[in-house]
Amino acid sequence: MQAPVTPPQTLAQKLVARAAGRERLAQGEIVNCRVDLAMFHDSSGPRRLAPMLAELGAQLWDRNKVVLVIDHFVPEADDESHRIVRLARDWAAAQRLPHVYDSVGICHVVVPQHGHIRPGMFCVGGDSHSPTGGAFGAYMFGIGATEMLGVVVTGEIWLQVPQTIFMHWHGRLADGVVAKDMMLAMIGRFGMNGGRYQAVEYCGDAVVALPMAERMTLCNMSAELGAQAGLIAPDETTRDWLARHGAPGVDVAPWHGDEGAAGVRCEFDAAALAPQVALPHSPANARAVGELESTPIDVAYIGACTGAKLEDLRGAARVLGGRRVAPGVQLLVAPASVADREAAEREGVLRRLLDAGATLLPTTCGACAGYGHAIAEGSTVISSTARNFKGRMGSASARVYLGSPYTVAASALQGRIADVREVLS
Amino acid sequence: MSRAWKLGAAVDTDQIVPGAVMKYGLDVIARHCLEGVRPEFAGGVQRGDVIVAGPDFGIGSSREQAAAVLVQLGVVAVIAPSYGGLYFRNAFNVGLLLLTCPRAEEIADGERIAFDARAGTVTRENGAVLACEPIPGFLLDMIEAGGLLNQLKTRLKSRTEKP
Repeated sequence: MQAPVTPPQTLAQKLVARAAGRERLAQGEIVNCRVDLAMFHDSSGPRRLAPMLAELGAQLWDRNKVVLVIDHFVPEADDESHRIVRLARDWAAAQRLPHVYDSVGICHVVVPQHGHIRPGMFCVGGDSHSPTGGAFGAYMFGIGATEMLGVVVTGEIWLQVPQTIFMHWHGRLADGVVAKDMMLAMIGRFGMNGGRYQAVEYCGDAVVALPMAERMTLCNMSAELGAQAGLIAPDETTRDWLARHGAPGVDVAPWHGDEGAAGVRCEFDAAALAPQVALPHSPANARAVGELESTPIDVAYIGACTGAKLEDLRGAARVLGGRRVAPGVQLLVAPASVADREAAEREGVLRRLLDAGATLLPTTCGACAGYGHAIAEGSTVISSTARNFKGRMGSASARVYLGSPYTVAASALQGRIADVREVLS
Repeated sequence: MSRAWKLGAAVDTDQIVPGAVMKYGLDVIARHCLEGVRPEFAGGVQRGDVIVAGPDFGIGSSREQAAAVLVQLGVVAVIAPSYGGLYFRNAFNVGLLLLTCPRAEEIADGERIAFDARAGTVTRENGAVLACEPIPGFLLDMIEAGGLLNQLKTRLKSRTEKP
């Protein structure tokens, strides 16, 4: 008798199977999964969950598995924001939530920085950019408030076992070309729903070479690809980073796909990639920076979970290289977390940004989600954020172009959208 | 019969509910629904109407208000060739039926149509029948219950009533 042949499984299948308590799963199957971590913020969380929990007369299934991050409506700009943030704080206290991060940065950066997301976990987040957790070899996806209610009451959620689209990047990125450029190129090629709500796995030597911050940017913007989850198989880079962020000794070995697992495979040459810019009003309008006509800018925005981590701030400072931004250009910097801002301060990176003429904004979602009033009506903006939908940054008449923090810094210097490779060379 | 409000392709969540009004409740949000796309929609939509859209309806944010606001305004279904995946889940959770109809764009603005969710059909004013992709039974049950919150209420009640 021969042992039955197990069909090779993707990383996504293995992660979902573990959460579903199964040995293996078929793609397309609908299963119930147990949730290891539920993350939400002040906009998607308590203000919506508290009244529904009260209506149900239900309790949290496990407060140790809940993380609340207050990052959207802070600093409170008006009465409504005050009310939302106070409700979140009061509710967290009443629920005796052990994991609350208040005004210390954006959830997708703060939660991993405190070691909450580890390889093999199955997590949900009350925010569309929750696939960021996939950078750590966890299956993580965004859900709405009512579905989050279901999770915090039952500890479970249904899922259709996804197919996997492999984005295989080989070769080495040019200096000044980064994860944001890779992502914009993929979104430009496949469109905002090209991921068909399946799992995307980023792989190849160009991905393996990326530091965690860059891997997080890739997985985060799986949302802009329309994927449910974005994954990178965890490795030594993941282990070392987690060891420095409160999660030492994780086992990465089980969390990779089997050789020959079924999936769609797309090939990319990292060395051939030019800096990418997405034109208003969709990330899918991405093209190589050289294809743009001369585009003068009013605002250069370095912010968001995908564009203002320490590595991004370092990159921007390096591009600015002791020069000042072009006359008439407003350079705004909103670091992704307090930890990133403080590290940038210690390294002198922040000083170099300020000396170049940057204005420092609070470490929150800020203008990326249209909060605060950072962007004036009618402005042309080059931004390191993830999305440039019409009105997204709070001004309906603004024209927002997306690019990497390197491209944003280079554009701030020249007063028009610029090719960072020319500035660096 | 339901009256169709026709929209284009890739109507994103931020167009359905602008970020600037996210801090308010659904009653206020409803007044701004789709204001950048069809300014006459919020004031003109009537209970029982449907939205007919192009591909990729609801891409973008996880903000569930982008589905709940349509329920609030009395929209009984959205008919489109495809949806953002997160929006698809949110819609059923708040009791909004989404019909995945490859030929949705044949329907004209203002046309009177009928639909049958279980059969997976949309019937046009001229009698033409458009097929829709099948919807899993547990999601149709969710629509009939009026959304996940109602289902959870029933589930918790039956749990406490057990001897």
